[in-house]
Amino acid sequence: MKTLLLMGNPNVGKSALFARLTGVHVVAANYPGSTVEYTKGYLKIKDERWEVIDVPGTYSLDPTSKAEEVAVRMLSQGDIIINVVDATNLERNLNLSLQLLKKRIPMLMVLNFWDETTHKGIHIDNVKLQHLCGIPVIPTTAVSGEGVKNLVEIIPSAKISSVKYSTKNRWNEIGKIVADVQVLEHKHHTIGELIGEATIKPFPGIPMAAVVLFLSFMLIWWIGESIKAFVMDPLFDFLLGPLLHNLSDVLGSGSVLHNLLIGRLMDGSIDFEASFGILTTGLYVPFAIVLPYIIMFYFVLSLLEDIGYLPRLGILLDRAMHIVGLHGMGFIPMLLALGCNVPGVMALRTIESKKARFISATLMAIAIPCWGQLAVIISMLGRTGPVGFTIYFFTLVVVWLGLGIILKRGVKGESLEIFSEIPPYRIPYIKALFKKVWMRMFHFLKEALPFVFLGIVVVNLLYMSGIIYILGDIASPVLTSLFGLPKETVGALIVGVLRKDVAVGMLVPLGLSFKQVVVASVILTIYFPCMATFLLLLKEIGVKDMLKATAIMIVTFLTVGTVLNIILSLLL
Amino acid sequence: MTIADLTKGESAVFINIHGGWGIRRRLEAMGLRPGIVITKISDQIFGGPIIIKVGKIEFAIGRHMARRMIVQRIGGLE
Repeated sequence: MKTLLLMGNPNVGKSALFARLTGVHVVAANYPGSTVEYTKGYLKIKDERWEVIDVPGTYSLDPTSKAEEVAVRMLSQGDIIINVVDATNLERNLNLSLQLLKKRIPMLMVLNFWDETTHKGIHIDNVKLQHLCGIPVIPTTAVSGEGVKNLVEIIPSAKISSVKYSTKNRWNEIGKIVADVQVLEHKHHTIGELIGEATIKPFPGIPMAAVVLFLSFMLIWWIGESIKAFVMDPLFDFLLGPLLHNLSDVLGSGSVLHNLLIGRLMDGSIDFEASFGILTTGLYVPFAIVLPYIIMFYFVLSLLEDIGYLPRLGILLDRAMHIVGLHGMGFIPMLLALGCNVPGVMALRTIESKKARFISATLMAIAIPCWGQLAVIISMLGRTGPVGFTIYFFTLVVVWLGLGIILKRGVKGESLEIFSEIPPYRIPYIKALFKKVWMRMFHFLKEALPFVFLGIVVVNLLYMSGIIYILGDIASPVLTSLFGLPKETVGALIVGVLRKDVAVGMLVPLGLSFKQVVVASVILTIYFPCMATFLLLLKEIGVKDMLKATAIMIVTFLTVGTVLNIILSLLL
Repeated sequence: MTIADLTKGESAVFINIHGGWGIRRRLEAMGLRPGIVITKISDQIFGGPIIIKVGKIEFAIGRHMARRMIVQRIGGLE
């Protein structure tokens, strides 16, 4: 089978084109570096199956980051290169194109964002360009699919260019080509450019950022809560509830199977939050409590991503990120981690310095809760008003900042400054946006459900076998004496290794006091990331650094738990 | 003079960067090569990054790096 490589600068639309060619949807976004690992898919051209690889973007063939290294390594595997070029930035993109031409691999060039050239007043003679480069050139608008059919037909006629360029005078050569094929119409600033400049200046950029963030959180909150109250709760109460009651009668309360599937009955009936059976709490937590907020979180995140707002937010936050030894772009992985720590950890590959990567990984694992866990915490603490989660968030911010300041000083290595291209604002393509939200939601369910069920089984086994009481006694010096929590909280800590949302849910039947709920929520957030995140971190930053991070984690959670317990005991 | 010394809206020709071969190569790959015209768009407060525009592309550049990027003034305000 022949292999097609999609290669080009960062943020030129390779992932959107990949999705169009293969039907495999990958998460694309409007900022450089959204693809950090290659993705494979397949394409059929005239009964022949081709392998298509979406390669992370690179500016040149001398890689400067981990993600770019992946790109250069892929080169040897390609039979044909599709060089994706941003038609609105011809000159810069051609720099990579000329380097690729020298590799003597059959190639063709795609001029993407073709639709944007029109309103930006850029006219490119693609036939002339084809002649000058010696390879087929096809204009496309990947996100809407325009030109893609044409591209597929032309792929087999990719060829090795016979045109010679001198590497030394590369920019001169490029300059000549650009002057030959491109005419720029003098246009006044487009609205996008004007907004682009306004949102990046301290004023009005910073107040605007505050408004955007506030509206985003309110939107997630309100709509998430509405979906839960008006869609999910009725479904569970009126549809699933009666069915499960019948099942409960058939199985007989107290039997092992009843315990696993339905859980314990509360006053003779099923309590979706507290029963802890696979079909009751096991479905209620992921679908009713977490999913509504996850959908909204990913909708807002995807929207901001596709518009191109995230890197601008990063620039505005640059100074603040320096406090913890990171720079502005380090903000994006943190934001992604707020959805789920796993994609957050993947995004750490875009961070250039080893020191910054270690600091980010440690801070993320300790002080960034995933949205699944947050949803349960919010729904649990929300019952007692806003005080509880104000304390919760405040504590996490203090931990994040405090730990970051210590790590910035304590970790060897240099912290690099920001140096990044800022993508233009783009109007999101609605179909692609919904597809992305759907993919992320599907990914959440696929990853979460097995662990949720496993977590529930573990809870039941711990209680049925009585092991929980033994472990509770072992853990009580820390849990009870230091944190002021009941021994049974140990169950939540054990399950939290598998799945944080279920673990937080386990606090509900324990009948904790307000102070205990707050302390337990904070501890469950910082003591350990979930297993999936831990294993990925191990792979990404290595055993040695992970051991260090784990040691930091243990010290932090013991300290924070104790201090918070003391402070809250004095205040409340 | 350096990029950090430019005022908002001012254009200049990028001459070079004080620094190793690696950083020079990286800048060049991103389109920031000697001889190209740049325009300063904005400064962030509290010593945050500087935003410049090269053709249609905007870049965010850390303050220390901007101080090492030598430019030559070509004219007044845009």
